[in-house]
Amino acid sequence: MKEVAVIGVGMTNFGELWNKSIKDIFVEAALKAIDNAGVDHIDSMYIGTMSGGLFVGQEHIGAVMADYLGMNPVPATRVESACASGGTAFRQAYFEVASGSSEIVLASGVEKMTDGVDVTAALATAADQEYEVYNGVTFPGLYAMIANAHMHQYKTTREQLAAVAVKNHRNGKNNPNAQFRNEITIEQVLNSTLVADPLRLLDCSPVSDGGAAVILCSMELAKQFTDSPVRVIASAQASDTISLYERDSLTTLKAVSDAAAKAYKQAELKPDNIDIAEVHDCFTIAEIVVSEDLGFFEKGCGGAAVEEGKTSLEGQIPINTSGGLKSKGHPVGATGIAQIIELYEQLTGQAGKRQVKDARIGLAQNMGGSGASCTINILEAV
Amino acid sequence: MISPKYAREIPQRYRLEAAKCKSCGKINFPPRLVCPRCKSREFETVRLSNEGKILTYTIIRVSSDTFSHQTPYAVAIIETNDGAKLMAMIADSDLNEIEIGKKVKLVFRKIQDEGVWGLHCYGYKAVLI
Repeated sequence: MKEVAVIGVGMTNFGELWNKSIKDIFVEAALKAIDNAGVDHIDSMYIGTMSGGLFVGQEHIGAVMADYLGMNPVPATRVESACASGGTAFRQAYFEVASGSSEIVLASGVEKMTDGVDVTAALATAADQEYEVYNGVTFPGLYAMIANAHMHQYKTTREQLAAVAVKNHRNGKNNPNAQFRNEITIEQVLNSTLVADPLRLLDCSPVSDGGAAVILCSMELAKQFTDSPVRVIASAQASDTISLYERDSLTTLKAVSDAAAKAYKQAELKPDNIDIAEVHDCFTIAEIVVSEDLGFFEKGCGGAAVEEGKTSLEGQIPINTSGGLKSKGHPVGATGIAQIIELYEQLTGQAGKRQVKDARIGLAQNMGGSGASCTINILEAV
Repeated sequence: MISPKYAREIPQRYRLEAAKCKSCGKINFPPRLVCPRCKSREFETVRLSNEGKILTYTIIRVSSDTFSHQTPYAVAIIETNDGAKLMAMIADSDLNEIEIGKKVKLVFRKIQDEGVWGLHCYGYKAVLI
């Protein structure tokens, strides 16, 4: 396997992009990545999209996007793994370069969620339709059940959940691509509308439009394009039961710990070697559980860790310096790629006011459903 | 009239039929072709106990359009007395009384209306006991 590098990135603003179609959004992100990398062609492209069919009535996303990017006849493959579609697309592009079958590959993600469909129902297709969704459950509801179980088992508090949203908005304020660039307070989170008890509106990532793209090539080729490539040192993935009720534990996301074990082994690293992490905070409780399952904190201590500032920009392991899904926005297919972009900017010293000093190794954790799929990619500054 | 999609699930939704693995004894609900615990493909059909306890729950305040006329409503993960688990709405109960660990009984109830033609769809819900 060849060593693989990220050599360029590009993304749209995340938010309610009323004047842009899914094609416009994808092409904008892809062109930015191609221009940023300075490549004159790509050999192949992967597009992570959860549900073009349900959100905008468009399938065959690979062909649509290759056409509108003016890239025919390059092979274009749409990858779907619910909210982990982006991370999974990145992993497929990584393999294509690592195997030597292509030199320059675009990994991307896009979602257009604001065209008026029942978004709660569309997102719920990432859970079991016949045995979860049939009985009225929603995605905020599934994570709310994890939250209640975690609060019951580990005495995690409502304030600790809120602290995740407050921190992520504080980071997102300094991200020019973020959907919400305002700070919020614990009191605002605690007084926001209940969505699924105990989760409130400000515990939930928003409905967003957005696209993100990165260019991958081999480390040896990367030198032709940039002096500061970022090396991919692990790319791992794991699956778990589609239904939350089937899990042995309701307070652990086993796909996360399984993928993490593989990723750490590939990279020959331990959790405390990671300098920064972008994790899948679709709901505040998710960041707490994931921070434990990635091994940053003891099981049950993730809530206290965020409250004590251990995951803040200046903390022992800064988490979601981009603002996370909560503040940056969560156009589901694009999220996994946007996480890679944040790591790239941090590891190449381009993160502006969000910059973590001396960040060398970054981890991106992207998951689908209530944790039925998870990808973990680890990047290293060269 | 019922749809094929609905009819297929009637043994589970009306009668709580599950597949007990002949090799390791795990009760799979709904039935599967492969036991996820031991990979065996041999099962016997069993009916789940209709009593159990709440492992976790939530109160849904914002739902999909299908359930919006029912909000707020509670949904819980139930462990039945025979050790199987399932997701069910909680019916006929005070939302303020719901707690992890409380005992419930599974009852037959209308769940939703399917499609634009509004076919009545039934299944199990949990009631606090």
